[in-house]
Amino acid sequence: MKTAVIVFPGSNCDRDSAVAVEAATGRAPAMVWHGEAALPPVDLIVIPGGFAYGDYLRSGAMAAHSPVMREVAAKARAGVAVLGICNGFQVLTEAGLLPGALMRNAGLRFICRDVALSVERDDTIFTRRYRAGATVTMPVAHNDGNYVADGETVARLEGEGLVAFRYRENPNGSTAAIAGILDPARRILGLMPHPERAADSVLGGTDGRALFEGLADSLAA
Amino acid sequence: MTPEIVAEHGLSEDEYARLLEILGREPNMVELGIASAMWSEHCSYKSSRAWLATLPTEAPWVICGPGENAGVVDIGDGKAAVFKIESHNHPSFIEPYQGAATGVGGILRDVFTMGARPVAVLDALRFGSPDHPRTRHLVSGVVSGIGGYGNCIGIPTVGGETEFDPAYDGNILVNAMAVGIADADRIFYARATGIGNTVVYVGSKTGRDGIHGATMASAAFDADAEARRPTVQVGDPFTEKLLLEACLELMATDAIVAIQDMGAAGLTSSALEMASKGGVGIALDLDRVPTRETGMNAYEIMLSESQERMLMVLRPDAEAAAERVFRRWGLDFAVIGRLTDSGRVVLTHGGETAADIPVDPLVEAAPRYRRPHVPTPVPAMPAIDTAGVAPLEALERLMGSPDLASRRWIWEQYDHMVMADTVVRPGGDAAVIRVHGTSRGIALTTDCTPRYCAADPRAGGRQAVAEAWRNLVAAGARPLAVTDNLNFGDPERPEIMGQLVGCIEGIGEACRALEFPVVSGNVSLYNETDGRAILPTPVIGGLGLLDDLARRTTIAFAASGHEIVAIGATAGHLGQSLFLRDVLGTPGGPPPPVDLDAERRNGLLVRGLVEGGVVEVCHDVSGGGLLAAVAEMALASGIGAEIALPPGADPLAWLFGEDQGRYIVAVDDAGPVLDAAAASRVPAAAIGRTGGAALTVSGHGHISLAGLGEAHEAWFPRFMAGP
Repeated sequence: MKTAVIVFPGSNCDRDSAVAVEAATGRAPAMVWHGEAALPPVDLIVIPGGFAYGDYLRSGAMAAHSPVMREVAAKARAGVAVLGICNGFQVLTEAGLLPGALMRNAGLRFICRDVALSVERDDTIFTRRYRAGATVTMPVAHNDGNYVADGETVARLEGEGLVAFRYRENPNGSTAAIAGILDPARRILGLMPHPERAADSVLGGTDGRALFEGLADSLAA
Repeated sequence: MTPEIVAEHGLSEDEYARLLEILGREPNMVELGIASAMWSEHCSYKSSRAWLATLPTEAPWVICGPGENAGVVDIGDGKAAVFKIESHNHPSFIEPYQGAATGVGGILRDVFTMGARPVAVLDALRFGSPDHPRTRHLVSGVVSGIGGYGNCIGIPTVGGETEFDPAYDGNILVNAMAVGIADADRIFYARATGIGNTVVYVGSKTGRDGIHGATMASAAFDADAEARRPTVQVGDPFTEKLLLEACLELMATDAIVAIQDMGAAGLTSSALEMASKGGVGIALDLDRVPTRETGMNAYEIMLSESQERMLMVLRPDAEAAAERVFRRWGLDFAVIGRLTDSGRVVLTHGGETAADIPVDPLVEAAPRYRRPHVPTPVPAMPAIDTAGVAPLEALERLMGSPDLASRRWIWEQYDHMVMADTVVRPGGDAAVIRVHGTSRGIALTTDCTPRYCAADPRAGGRQAVAEAWRNLVAAGARPLAVTDNLNFGDPERPEIMGQLVGCIEGIGEACRALEFPVVSGNVSLYNETDGRAILPTPVIGGLGLLDDLARRTTIAFAASGHEIVAIGATAGHLGQSLFLRDVLGTPGGPPPPVDLDAERRNGLLVRGLVEGGVVEVCHDVSGGGLLAAVAEMALASGIGAEIALPPGADPLAWLFGEDQGRYIVAVDDAGPVLDAAAASRVPAAAIGRTGGAALTVSGHGHISLAGLGEAHEAWFPRFMAGP
């Protein structure tokens, strides 16, 4: 499985994501600079956490219009899997690849802690190593993780089974406690929790590893 | 030049006379501004330098001691740890968000200037009384400022300390420590060499913010503190992230001869320090300095403290390649001058000479004062009345008090896990960070007990070092070195100078006894408002090494039925304890003595037990005493404990005394621990057993962990929510 990790100047989980991908696939991902207009042939694109261009305006708003995102969108249309973590999720919503928006946390403070998530479905390329209904633990670390969408969109997400992860205890005010969503083709996943930070036992948790291993199973060339 | 203008620049008559002598003429405004900044307390350490020289700074593992941007120690495998602590007290009081944020930005630059990738930040914070009307606003601003900067740049904030005392009502303390990892043979220094080499400015543009910040930081506050807001800088963590990555990218090549960040006193300080260290002159064309606004004069350009800027000296042929790197990261890059053999700093602006000053006389002739000092009388033990005080009620009160309550509200606002190497998160004795890609780790802590220092500066200085050392040992690390942040009031008052001298003496004694040298640090004086000084607060930042992360400890009990062993002597010293202050309401007495031989012996025993795999659960005993330490271990695990008092002990003194040199460990069998202690002549005793859902003191009842945890967790969120 070949992976590309997109690197914006303010990405700060790019290395962490690369380490987790390499641990699961045995293959170091290509690190692709935001100014690139073309991506190498890959099976998975990861948009990592961070503050893409500083995010002083609105998280992910500028990144959505960067040269590399046009290429990410084209690859996604062609069926390449895309995983957006934290700021990567924000970028995907700003770029219109996933619906809704990530607003300021309801408590108005940055939150960094482990949270319990329920796995909503286990029949996707991202979640096949989990069991639907299971509770898994991953850290969150964000200021803007409050998932908001209009009623119609939320109804569609729920009706079509596009919610991938849900908070057991809602930390940030997200609508329907949504922590991560899929596109209708289930080839794009955006989530606020950080699976790459829960992929190594010495760091205190390994529940995130199954996500990368599931992708490795699904996308093995 | 009028006496008023000289006084406004914080120069004494003697200092001005010295400047006249160095120049052989009257200075112009730019030169006066430069001298004022370079000779400020903040930049010149004029009151403390003679005493700082008494501190031990060497050990076989020290690569670079004080005097550079940060200290450097060897951590094996060809790697070095680079670290320093620095205060941003005055700006944080005036504008807490930006003050704290730029404090973090500044200390991170000190670390990556030396070629290290920063891997952790810690913050030692002191605020006024929780009842003071400004305190909540300051806590909120400082915590969001630290988080806003660290979270964005993507370096984990993993530890520190927070305390409250009315003595900080008018002067809070914000001390930030940064730690980085570098290749031991690729450390970068500020020594400018190579006559004719280009001097390059990189990073953000220069604006009118922070002009004369160093001079402000060297004066006491009065009622006009608010009017000083324009001297506070504004931080941009995104630009610093770009600067960090660009610098590290260029440092992987051989382009850089010398590099220095622009911190306090901006371009003035970086240019003069680089020239002075290299024994060269420097000629700068200020028209080439990238500026944010038009019409800036030479005075403003030289004294601006705009953030996220660096000055570099490049090899002659490296300019084009270096420029490409910085342009790719979207940063300004400007050749602004050359090194000369004149021994002078010569500035031109608008085609005219704006300043012409000899480097060495200005830097080396910086004033040094032997200020008069008087010893601090040690307070007598107050009369205390413990009638009707039940130990577990006292514990509940202490665990829910401002100084012992959980700091979760703070550290959950810091991204403490980014970079995916945080092995021990905030809330324990020391944070532990994995050295990326290895199974080794570094342990980090900051410590100081200001009430001890106020009562007996020398004992307090010893205790701050001993506690930092003990916290590292308790985490399973070998303590390597110290960075110190000495925060005091007005050194021109003999009693304040006496506190400074006493604390430095105590720090020196402890650092020598524990082979724990000081490799970097910062002094912040004049922390007083309307003649009221802060408590003497010499914060010690400690760094230790774990050769194998598998041999680390946690403070959380691992299982029920384990034996709890107290290591070190419990004499029941209640002087200056939290119990006296916060439970009985009669603070006072002498602080606990620090027996450095016992401290070392006890610590070496514990480290041997951890390295040998005998001990995996360990916690040091500090404020609140033995029972608070056991309570913290129980709360961290959700496993209760039963403690038995030794026969004949005074229960309250035994449970809450703050005797030094002690650890609590929990093991399935106390035998091997007690045997090893006996063989090392270290006092140790089995004092109880883990289990259940309550904390029990035999003969004194019990308290449920749920209730204790509620008291411990509730204080901070409730305080911040406001009345």
